Amino acid sequence: MSGEETRILGFTLGMAALAMVAIVPPGLALAWLLARRAFPGKAVIETLVALPLVMPPVATGLFLLRLFGRRSALGRFVHDRLDLDVIFTWRGVLLAMAVMSLPLFVRSARVAFEEVPHRLEQVARTLGAAPARVFATITLPLAARGLTAGLLLAFARALGEFGATIVVAGNIPGRTQTSALAIYQLIQLGRDDAALRLCLAAAVLAFVALFTSERLLARSRA
Amino acid sequence: MKRIFLSFALGAGFAVLAFPSAAVEINVSAAASLTDALQEIAHAYEATSPDRIVLNLGASSLLARQIEEGAPADLFLSADEAKMDSLAKNKLLLAGTRKSVLGNTLVVVVPLDSKLKIAAPADLASSSIRALALAEPQTVPAGIYAKEYLQKVGLWRKVIDRVVPTENVRAALAAVESGNADAGIVYKTDAEISKKVRVAYAVSEAEGPTITYPFAALAGSRHVEEARRFLAYLCSPPALDVFRRYGFLVITGPAATP
Repeated sequence: MSGEETRILGFTLGMAALAMVAIVPPGLALAWLLARRAFPGKAVIETLVALPLVMPPVATGLFLLRLFGRRSALGRFVHDRLDLDVIFTWRGVLLAMAVMSLPLFVRSARVAFEEVPHRLEQVARTLGAAPARVFATITLPLAARGLTAGLLLAFARALGEFGATIVVAGNIPGRTQTSALAIYQLIQLGRDDAALRLCLAAAVLAFVALFTSERLLARSRA
Repeated sequence: MKRIFLSFALGAGFAVLAFPSAAVEINVSAAASLTDALQEIAHAYEATSPDRIVLNLGASSLLARQIEEGAPADLFLSADEAKMDSLAKNKLLLAGTRKSVLGNTLVVVVPLDSKLKIAAPADLASSSIRALALAEPQTVPAGIYAKEYLQKVGLWRKVIDRVVPTENVRAALAAVESGNADAGIVYKTDAEISKKVRVAYAVSEAEGPTITYPFAALAGSRHVEEARRFLAYLCSPPALDVFRRYGFLVITGPAATP
């Protein structure tokens, strides 16, 4: 493994970790709403959240490109007022990873919340705990394993993200090139040995994340 | 023996007449920059021939790689000689069919509504250009040419941090069209088909690299005759006229029928 390959893997791991930090708050909120509340349009929200799972990733990429590109209202605002660019920068990598992995986290987190006995939460309420306290002291700890498992699954998905990333962030060595993009470029360069080394590293990382996720789920069900 | 051959040939002739739908698909792997001209030419060819033209358009580097790995292609239309050389070295070309047919030049483009003042090479180093779109400069011909040009005018080191390498030359054009890149270096022919970019300046012949497009039939072709026929058509006056109309330089005369 060359220094360059290690750097690419480090960048990919860092970006995926940041993406996880970014999706935890909205992911928890969405999952909790879907698990514990009935509201009009719930089925639509559920479907929308799951959409990036089944859409072609490049389609999601195009949607994000149009949303954050300099020609869009949002993109122009970010560019002119904040002097930031999303497209072709590491922010684009983060955005693509977050959007593509959010559905996996929300789906697992929702199941984790649903598996917490509602009765326990009600008991805590009757004993005078405020809803926020019930969530922090009863729901969250009891769902922790499932939540962590879901987050690891989402993390593994983010590590391998390709389609949305190449559209939104481009494939810029040293700036937006993740391991998946580097593997693709190495194939084009005909450097299969380096590509295979990165593939192997990506497989090991994904294996560890998925294996841990499965173990956590198995134990939370036991 | 002669008679057997003759009856075989006659039989084959009748078979062709009796089953005009027994057409073949000619797989053409072609450089992305040829897209529009080639679609028009393929369409015109299909009106005169039972054969279907299947275009696989992309960066010549990727196409060459696919051919090296045994992808089923009959013709390869490359945007640079190096890709063709590597196929020739691996004996993947059909002997005697390689021919450099077209030429192209580079231009610097900016989005149509851009306020940037770019008129000379030195302007590319301006800090107002944050993203300069090029095709991938290590592998994709358009990118290799652009890098060669920037090195020649002594700008490569200055702009390298702002280069956005893209999949192929059309993706570089699209990045400028969408405004997400402030400028880009593409072929003159690409700039001509786009209504969303304007040419800031054309790279002069003295400063720019020599760009030629070699065409060849491939050794792995399963439809050699049909492939040769389409290759000959590509070098015939009607096809060359289409290429010219899209802004290509024609650097070869019409080929004799093989």
